[in-house]
Amino acid sequence: MRFLRPLALLTALAAPPALAEDVTTFQLDNGLDVVVIEDHRAPLVVQQIWYRVGSADEVPGKSGIAHFLEHLMFKGTGKIPPNQFSAMIEAQGGDDNAFTSYDYTAYYQRIAADRLEMVMDMESDRMRNLRMTEEDVTTERQVILEERAQRTDSDPGALLGEQMRAALYMNSHYGIPIIGWRHEMEGLTRDDALAWYRKYYAPNNATLIVAGDVDPAEVKRLAEKYYGPIKPSDGIVPRDRPQEPPQLAERRLTLSDERVSNPYVYRQYLAPARNPGDQKDAAALLILAELLGGSGQTSVLARALQFDTQTAVYTSAFYDGTAIDSGSFGLYVVPAPGVTLEDAEAAMDKAVDGFLAKGPDPAAFDRIKTQIRASEIYGKDDIQGLANMYGEELTIGLTIEDIQGFDDVLGAVTIDDVMQAAHKVFNRNSAVTGWLTPVTGEAPAPGAAESLPASAGDQPADLPAEGTP
Amino acid sequence: MLRPILAAFALVLALVAPALAEVKIQEVTSPGGFKAWLVEDHGIPFTALEIRFVGGTSLDAPGKRGATYLMSGLIEEGAGDLDSRGFAEARDGLAASFHFSASGDSFGVSAKFLTENRDQAVDLLALALTRPRFDQDAVDRVREQVLTGLRSDEKDPGTIASRTFDALAFGDHPYATAGEGTLDSVAALTRDDIVAAWKGAIARDRVVIGAAGDISAEDLGKLLDKLLGDLPATGTPQPGPAPWTLTPGISVVDFPSPQSVVFFGHEGLRRDDPDFFAAYVLNEVMGGGRFSARLMREVREKRGLTYGIGTYLVPMDLGELYLGQFSASNDKVAAAVKVVQDEWARIAAEGISEQELAETKTYLTGSYALRFSGNGPIAEIMVGMQLDHLPADYIATRNAKLEAVTLEDVKRVAARLFRPDHLRFVVVGQPVGLTPTP
Repeated sequence: MRFLRPLALLTALAAPPALAEDVTTFQLDNGLDVVVIEDHRAPLVVQQIWYRVGSADEVPGKSGIAHFLEHLMFKGTGKIPPNQFSAMIEAQGGDDNAFTSYDYTAYYQRIAADRLEMVMDMESDRMRNLRMTEEDVTTERQVILEERAQRTDSDPGALLGEQMRAALYMNSHYGIPIIGWRHEMEGLTRDDALAWYRKYYAPNNATLIVAGDVDPAEVKRLAEKYYGPIKPSDGIVPRDRPQEPPQLAERRLTLSDERVSNPYVYRQYLAPARNPGDQKDAAALLILAELLGGSGQTSVLARALQFDTQTAVYTSAFYDGTAIDSGSFGLYVVPAPGVTLEDAEAAMDKAVDGFLAKGPDPAAFDRIKTQIRASEIYGKDDIQGLANMYGEELTIGLTIEDIQGFDDVLGAVTIDDVMQAAHKVFNRNSAVTGWLTPVTGEAPAPGAAESLPASAGDQPADLPAEGTP
Repeated sequence: MLRPILAAFALVLALVAPALAEVKIQEVTSPGGFKAWLVEDHGIPFTALEIRFVGGTSLDAPGKRGATYLMSGLIEEGAGDLDSRGFAEARDGLAASFHFSASGDSFGVSAKFLTENRDQAVDLLALALTRPRFDQDAVDRVREQVLTGLRSDEKDPGTIASRTFDALAFGDHPYATAGEGTLDSVAALTRDDIVAAWKGAIARDRVVIGAAGDISAEDLGKLLDKLLGDLPATGTPQPGPAPWTLTPGISVVDFPSPQSVVFFGHEGLRRDDPDFFAAYVLNEVMGGGRFSARLMREVREKRGLTYGIGTYLVPMDLGELYLGQFSASNDKVAAAVKVVQDEWARIAAEGISEQELAETKTYLTGSYALRFSGNGPIAEIMVGMQLDHLPADYIATRNAKLEAVTLEDVKRVAARLFRPDHLRFVVVGQPVGLTPTP
């Protein structure tokens, strides 16, 4: 991402689809998929273009090139003067940015609805006409190295996460950081960036999302006018990427860093991903994560480690299944003061084993189903969130029917489904366990998270948004 | 500079600012006398409700730093006959969401609830506000979470930088210290302290309300009486204005990291200052949240010294800052500091160009509409406006006020806002070539 936002979108529980009648889809002759999501409450539009290429498509030795090109896409074209892309959007009262993940690279603008034509003109222009100088590349490489320093190298928790992914994926490129390994980022060139661009940036490798106060017929007319003339690439091939071999051995690692004040245990398991026409396991795993770690007061881990015993100050569980090749399931425990990581991990495993033996409280299961139904209503309030959901999920290969049907799949999940999915996913041979600790020799100060648990309220804002006119 | 080929875009550039969202604020007074702002929209069957109680963590009693913050984490940990778990189960069973927060100037309640069970959700929220239990086991558990956060803050360079800056700027005022408290002050807080903080912070004499979504004015009035009617009439008064103790110079806090985190700034402007709009435009040109701002261009785009840099006008109730922030590798941070100093001096002396003024006005007026993108954001904007003492028709007049800012205004205000010889830089890291000053 170009500036200060997470590289990957975390999957929230219960992706909320819009009502089907608000969504229109069509495809241009050159292969560009177009999705229009109508919301006429305010005169705004969000345009997003999602390229079906991400860091997991990189070749060995060139880690970070997908993200580096994302930065360079703002450098200009024959029509857009150097470094003026964002300035031109801003001069029209719009915002723009971009983000890169393992499976996609996406660009977006938010602007008044009557400026849609302008941003379509610009976005379609840079799909094929990007220009950059050697100097642009040299300076921007410094920027991505600073970005890595800020996001990853300055944060022991981020470093542990990076090392853990590298261990979790033995063969899949999901083990390589999106931003890249520093030594490889330093060697990325203009030729690397342009080769990447020419190969992957084409209408038949992209999905256009237009969301907001728009008329689908008008969007179609504009899409044909601006994106329609762009020739498809014949270099787009199926994304058959390296897959995991059978994983036969548990992996464990410890990262010690003098900047750690609060040690924690973090475990990640390989898990199935959402697949076209087959989202049942993923739905069950989403509900499993909610049952185990979705609430600071009621979930299984919180009850066992924070209420029945004072083993932890914070626990959570999550599932990320919105990916092409593999999902992951995570457990996270921050021990209470005086509790070792070893004991915290044992307590975590005991709680999970107890769950596997006894199953969930049916009332808790029902509450989660209620929340899933409600999230469909709340989700409609956030048009950009809806656009992100359609963009991401279409780009990993799901269909409109999969996306709109996911709530029904979630609604149909039974307790048996959850238990079957749980028994399958909790396999230590396909898991990595990470410990974050202070530097050895330092007095251990167990008991704290890298960030304040949400339940303790927001930190006072040093930089409040209020006060802006 | 536009090239000839840009004609197609230039045409668009000539258009006036886009139409504003038609946000119709109703000023509602409940039967019991609570005033609220409402934007009614029955498109989606839920309501977003934002409530602020003026005061926040600055109301902490002497020696009790962190009490209001800890209280904000405990208010949903059991109320009435429901313990912590019972309360969470009831809330989740209704699919309602309640969020409580405490900042330096206010205690916040953010709630969303479905139309189908609105009454039950509001009853539950009222229970939390008026009959919180503050059970000792919950106090101990959440206290440990706050302490965990504080220990983490001690090794977070960004937090160290901001706290160092506040301590230098605000003397012995609550603004000088973290609202979360210190490891010692939080460890010493008792249940009685939490109860006192609750009584002091959440009262009827300081409440500001915004609601948006599927609710009528009449129903909102009834809801507010039910929700807030049983609160105490008065709470703890806000402290007086913060003293200003910041001196110019460079502070370095040693921290083992490849990058330094830098906070910089000096005194700011009050929100009700007649020059605030001109200052707002100037800040947008210097370090607003845009790629085309001067500092992003100079420090990031031209020199590759940072991933991001921004500046912020921070007008609070009891003091005002003008702040900036960036991170840069230890061997580059001195160069970045120099660019900031130079840009500060340049804008103070020269102001901005006619073109920058025009472009910034187009951006600010055009992007205003983008903020009103849903019930949640609209409710938040409405409480923000009321906290700033703005009238309900401000949305319709705001862009005209921005348009009225002239080049002479910004030139005059630039000399007032930007004080190159007042700048203090707080650098947390191991910077090369930066000499700390006293």
